[in-house]
Amino acid sequence: MIEVEGLTKQYGAVRAVDEISFRVDKGEILGFLGPNGAGKTTTMRILTGFLPATSGTARVAGFDVFEKSLEVRRRIGYLPENPPIYPELSVQGYLDAVARLKQVPSDRRKARVDAAMEMARISDKRDELIKHLSRGYKQRVGLAQALVHDPEVIILDEPTVGLDPKQIIEVRHLIKGLAGNHTIILSTHILPEVSMTCDRVVIIHQGRIVANRPVNAGQDPGGEIVIVEIKPGSGGAPAAKALVERLAGVKRVEMQAADGNGRVQARIQCEPGRDLRSRIAAEVVGHGHELFELRASRVSLEEIFLQVTTQEAPDAAPAETAGTGAAT
Amino acid sequence: MKGIYAVFRKEISLYFVSPIAYVAVGAFLLLAGIFFQGILAEANEYAMRAAMQAMQYGTPLEIDIPGEVMRGFFGVTGTILLFVVPMLTMGAYAEERRRGTMELLMTSPVTDLEIVLGKYFAAISLFLIMLLPTAIQMVILFRASDPMPPWRIMLSGYLGVFLLGASLLAIGQFLSSLTESQIVAGIWTFLVFLMLWILDFIIRGSSSSVAGAVAQYVSILRHMNDFTRGVVDSSNLVYYVSMILLGLFLTLRSLDSMRWRRA
Repeated sequence: MIEVEGLTKQYGAVRAVDEISFRVDKGEILGFLGPNGAGKTTTMRILTGFLPATSGTARVAGFDVFEKSLEVRRRIGYLPENPPIYPELSVQGYLDAVARLKQVPSDRRKARVDAAMEMARISDKRDELIKHLSRGYKQRVGLAQALVHDPEVIILDEPTVGLDPKQIIEVRHLIKGLAGNHTIILSTHILPEVSMTCDRVVIIHQGRIVANRPVNAGQDPGGEIVIVEIKPGSGGAPAAKALVERLAGVKRVEMQAADGNGRVQARIQCEPGRDLRSRIAAEVVGHGHELFELRASRVSLEEIFLQVTTQEAPDAAPAETAGTGAAT
Repeated sequence: MKGIYAVFRKEISLYFVSPIAYVAVGAFLLLAGIFFQGILAEANEYAMRAAMQAMQYGTPLEIDIPGEVMRGFFGVTGTILLFVVPMLTMGAYAEERRRGTMELLMTSPVTDLEIVLGKYFAAISLFLIMLLPTAIQMVILFRASDPMPPWRIMLSGYLGVFLLGASLLAIGQFLSSLTESQIVAGIWTFLVFLMLWILDFIIRGSSSSVAGAVAQYVSILRHMNDFTRGVVDSSNLVYYVSMILLGLFLTLRSLDSMRWRRA
């Protein structure tokens, strides 16, 4: 549904987006994860036809976003970081105006406006002026605006920012409910948001994609990475390490001492698709080591993200300037 | 075409809830009313003095009082527009940029040209609505005059005022597209219009020099003078139409550059 290839955006000397490529299949929810100023907003603006790319191509529903911009815009619902609202208008008046802009045929307009208000749960506020609504409601009006023309693709820039926890949950439900019929890209700098709503995550940092992988929240993460905490018996930690390394399917073992109680923590990386958890447990216990904890790690989404965000600290200054250029 | 109408509808519905539009229209009508009254009073006095002179010296005077009143009124209306139009146009793009709604417009399936024309036609409509009540002054003038003044002068006068206003709106909307602050846009627009006005005085001082000749051609008010005398000169028409097209073209380029930089 969305194909991005070698997309680059240069603002003067700053490269906000650097040769990124990814694709989103129909009905998928893609999470765009990255610290502020990573290039998320810029990428989204290119996809919506707001900004042209410096080089590379992007296609939405088979249409090039630059060559066939109007075709693409007809098919995209877009919620920018700040909801693009006219505070003086009533909710219904605003959505009617947006429906006209989005070229919803006049015989379907009223029904679409009603449907969008229903989906965003703002029907009870339809006659209120937008300026009198709370932050959360304004955000929902923005969401309704993105849905009013029933677009195939929905792009949401930080859809839950500024909402209270209850509203965040509601918005997440709404987004999940839209998947299937719609293809969705949402950006966020909050990791749990991705694991809760998205099927796939692209982690973007300083304009580059550093990870692109499926998310399976709530499901068993599999045995790709296993964390084990033991108190080594005879032979100590090296013996335990050698023991695990001998197992077929284990790629790498990293050991580190846990705090002061004689225990060691091991991070065991296995070949994809092999679940060695019960084997590891049997080996460890069978050779007289005491097993305290064994769990599968959630394929290091957190680690990648943390790595990315902490890396930022030493070169914070240039990253910051790049950020303001890209995101505002 | 549908895109122009969608933008136009949106603009009009915003004008209806905008305090600035009401203030601008109200200020225009108030000033136009005050000046009309002043011009009438002056004409009245002039006519009386003329009548007294005629009694004393017996020379029949040929002065076209209604024509003078109309000329004065349209001239003054043009000047008032220099002050009122910045209020009407300052928010056109600046406010959309500040609120982020420019992003909504520019990611909607409408072309930049449709946005520019939709906004421009909406401003023109508001301007026409603003001019409409001045018909009352005309009714008063026509009823009080005997014989009735020629319609031609009134129609060409209105045409002149319309073309002047349409040019100022095009320039004002362009200036509004250059900034995110409608106050800055308003001040700039006002200053530019003021320059155009001052140009008119420079002409009076030095009409013979080359600079004077150039200023005379550029002056936006000077081109209206013929219209208020009932003369529709094609060179003036060309001037105003060029101004409108230039303003719209620059606005379109400005929108384009918003895309290449960022809004």
